[in-house]
Amino acid sequence: MTEALLSVRDLRVSYKLSHGSLDAVDGASFEVPQGSIVGLVGESGCGKSTAARALTRVIADNAAITGGQIVFDGRDIARIPERNMNALRWREIAFVPQSAMNSLDPVYTVESQLNEVLRKRGGMGRSDARKRCEELFELVGIETSRLKDYPHHFSGGMRQRVAIAIALALKPKLVIADEPVTALDVIVQRQILDQLRDLQQQLGLSVILVTHDISVVAYICDRTVVMYAGRVSEEGPVKAVLRQPAHPYSMGLKNAFPDLQSSASGVLTPIEGAPPSLAEPPPGCRFAPRCPFAAELCRQTAPLSEEVSPGHAAACHRASEAGVLRSQAALPQTWMVPA
Amino acid sequence: MRNATAEKSHVTIAAKAIGAFRHVFQRLRLPLRDPFAVAGLCIYLLFALTAICANVIAPYPATEILFNPDFTLAADLRPGENGFLLGTTSLGRDIFSQIVYGTRSALLIGLTAAVIVALIGSIVGVVAGYFGGWVDTLLMRLADIAFGIPFLPFVIVLAAFLEPSIWNVVFAMALVLWRDTARVIRSQVLTLRTRGYVDAARVCGSSDLKILLRHIAPNIMPLAFLYGSIAIGWAILTEASISFLGFGDPESISWGYMLQDAFANQALGKQAYYWFLPPGICIILIVSAGFFITRGYEQILFPKLGR
Repeated sequence: MTEALLSVRDLRVSYKLSHGSLDAVDGASFEVPQGSIVGLVGESGCGKSTAARALTRVIADNAAITGGQIVFDGRDIARIPERNMNALRWREIAFVPQSAMNSLDPVYTVESQLNEVLRKRGGMGRSDARKRCEELFELVGIETSRLKDYPHHFSGGMRQRVAIAIALALKPKLVIADEPVTALDVIVQRQILDQLRDLQQQLGLSVILVTHDISVVAYICDRTVVMYAGRVSEEGPVKAVLRQPAHPYSMGLKNAFPDLQSSASGVLTPIEGAPPSLAEPPPGCRFAPRCPFAAELCRQTAPLSEEVSPGHAAACHRASEAGVLRSQAALPQTWMVPA
Repeated sequence: MRNATAEKSHVTIAAKAIGAFRHVFQRLRLPLRDPFAVAGLCIYLLFALTAICANVIAPYPATEILFNPDFTLAADLRPGENGFLLGTTSLGRDIFSQIVYGTRSALLIGLTAAVIVALIGSIVGVVAGYFGGWVDTLLMRLADIAFGIPFLPFVIVLAAFLEPSIWNVVFAMALVLWRDTARVIRSQVLTLRTRGYVDAARVCGSSDLKILLRHIAPNIMPLAFLYGSIAIGWAILTEASISFLGFGDPESISWGYMLQDAFANQALGKQAYYWFLPPGICIILIVSAGFFITRGYEQILFPKLGR
């Protein structure tokens, strides 16, 4: 893992609240190898979006990066002075927002919005910018004649493509896509994901895909980072994490998703309960209150992340017993809450 | 040869002008699909032409006292008598000319009031919504105060303190009626300022002014337009009421003044319908035309409202 383009170590992002503060991301570490798609998954409020946004240092006014390192291409983003950040944003790290609907200004044509990026940020001349606009539209598969259209002329999927085109405008090394397909129906989702995959391979991009949809991760990602309550619970190649999950949370997630291949009864087994409040996180492992395998140790000390196989790490005290736990986790009664 | 190229360049200039005109036209997003709105636009166009060409259309100055060929005062003549299209008033003034000139003051008041109300309201709304905090609190409490002022009595009091003039109405509207526009635009800005493109502009280091002008202002334009067009009708109605109540400017002829004149001279008793019906109809026409256009805009802005 020496050729990691981005490596996040012990990242901590805190929100200041009216009383006290809250660590939305509390010591998250993960890596994005050069030229791969990394899926950042987790439930709502587990800190995945905050973590992704912290990578560009575009976070809410009351939030701050309070610790850790974000090493991108040899530089620590967490420590670059704000005035130098803009040189990095969009030219090296670009962002695809969740709802392109609200991200494109309805009163300007998409061409003028693309142009703004190309000319103001990229310093291109008028004719270069026009050429690049057409190139980008061809890249994302929209007719170049539609450059003159306004955002409301496009469908949701096309708008998302426009957002991807804008993100790719200045040939960034890393693209962070925050729930890029969440608002779309599955067929359009697939088109967009295929496109993203093609572009990633064509351009040698590295992509961080933030999503709560494991099927999206399974479909497109090379690696996945599972977040739970502000921490990374498991990280590794998608196949390893989904087939041999080493963290009980990942095992539970797997049960909770429908599987087309296994023709089982079709009954899904949920993980009972809800993630803990981040304002008062439980001591020890944050998943312990919902974990059927939690031992006394789990409730007292937080587990450190350890490798279970090369490139696959889990933060669980019982990760070494993963094989046994997996077979137990496959049984629905394991997850039943004792009444 | 030279002629041909000259003609050609004329043609291209004309084409460009038409193109530019069409662009502006599209930008305004005139509500051309709604038949009512189109009718409203036509009525406005008609009145606007009348106002512009008032000198040509009106046979006499609005306040000139006229005489019959036998040197008697041309007072209380019926329509058509002695060539007066709509007859004359008790003072011997031509009613048709008054109607024509009245168009001028109606439109003048309506448009200036609309522009001022939309402008003040938009600026207050945008500033309050965008900056928030104490600026917002201050401006919105001012709006609350403006909401508490009864409009018509306020105009009458204002007219009593200032010289009677049609500009009192405009001034009073500017002082009071910005409140509605400001409220609505503020709430719109509150949602606009959290949009991704505004965030993005801020991250890139755009100044507040630039964000306001480039992103916020164009997005609230249709709303400002809507409130402007509502204000036109309001201003004309208010001016008519004020004049009818006798607080208007006797020097400048407006439809409201005509109604007051007719009322004071007992036109109804004389069955002089030709005197008070035309100004009344004109007021109804222009105000309802304004509301038709407004409705058309509303359907563009809030298509989900339906019918």
